[in-house]
Amino acid sequence: MMFDGYWTYIVIAVAGFLATDIWRWLGVIAGHRLKEDSETLYWVRAVATALVMAVTAKLIVFPTGTLALSPLWLRLAAAGIGFAVFLLTGKRVAIGVLTPIAILVAGLLLLQP
Amino acid sequence: MTTESSERSGLAWFLKGMRGIFSLPALILMTSYVGFSAFAVEAGLTRGQAVAMTLGIWALPAQMILVGSMLGGANIAASFLAVTLSSIRMMPMVASIMPEMRTKKTPLPVLLFLSHFIAITSWVFASHNLRHVPRERRVAFFAGFGITLTCTNALIVGVSFGVVSQFPPVVAGALFMLTPVYFISSIWASAAQPVVRIAFVIGIVLGPALALVAPQFDVLLAGIGGGTVAYLIDRYRRKRGSDRGAA
Repeated sequence: MMFDGYWTYIVIAVAGFLATDIWRWLGVIAGHRLKEDSETLYWVRAVATALVMAVTAKLIVFPTGTLALSPLWLRLAAAGIGFAVFLLTGKRVAIGVLTPIAILVAGLLLLQP
Repeated sequence: MTTESSERSGLAWFLKGMRGIFSLPALILMTSYVGFSAFAVEAGLTRGQAVAMTLGIWALPAQMILVGSMLGGANIAASFLAVTLSSIRMMPMVASIMPEMRTKKTPLPVLLFLSHFIAITSWVFASHNLRHVPRERRVAFFAGFGITLTCTNALIVGVSFGVVSQFPPVVAGALFMLTPVYFISSIWASAAQPVVRIAFVIGIVLGPALALVAPQFDVLLAGIGGGTVAYLIDRYRRKRGSDRGAA
């Protein structure tokens, strides 16, 4: 299937660029009035963090692509044990990334038929 | 003289931001964009269209959603709606780093332009690094990182288009897992305030839970609802702390 040339670029500009950047521009306008260490900024930070973590957790629990074929318990164990190791070893991001990946890869290789 | 040296210093910070491209998060994102390029080939996009999407949207989930809705034959209005609903999160993300990034003199058009380069990876990068940069250099520093990251990934999409078709399943699985585990450890590590850690835990639990109940609005509900609860818990905690301090 091929998409028609110039119309696809219009779709990308309107349904892609505009649909996304409207929210970025509104964020600039809203953020422009926020003062550092104001109560509103605390709330905005909390909302932004909760949003990003909701997206993140969904990537693990409801993945798309190849990862969807792996068992949920393996993904949860990899992320959970990885985070625990990260907390216990002085919160180094490299450890927080490599530990769960190592557990996942080991699990995937062991479960292979 | 003074202007010249401060200009040079602005450029120096821009270059320093550019160097962020050689960091773990940037590398993880690049592998994700190789994955997007393969997905675009499979979907029947041209190389130019895949690159235009990367430059124009600059948000991987929104790009996947747009390709998906185009594949499903949705019209432009339906595609707009699907993409815009997934992008509402950009607003609080951008708003939360603006007070840290700008000075009183930063022109609004500059901030509007730079906001285009804010997506999850650069948001995490900004929350992690901006506080270590002198305030009047933060815009230059972020511009260096953000613009470089976007252009490099657009280049990667163009170059790997049709070259990398599929990874072996175990490698593909590990690549998909890199993004979420990176966000988990880096956001926790850069959380300077307790309110961020409270929101972190609530968001992680509410995201998948609400996906089962209200799949269309799960992220939005988890963000606004969960974020507000986190804020209230933190406020109660701070108030109690200051009361005890007074007594």
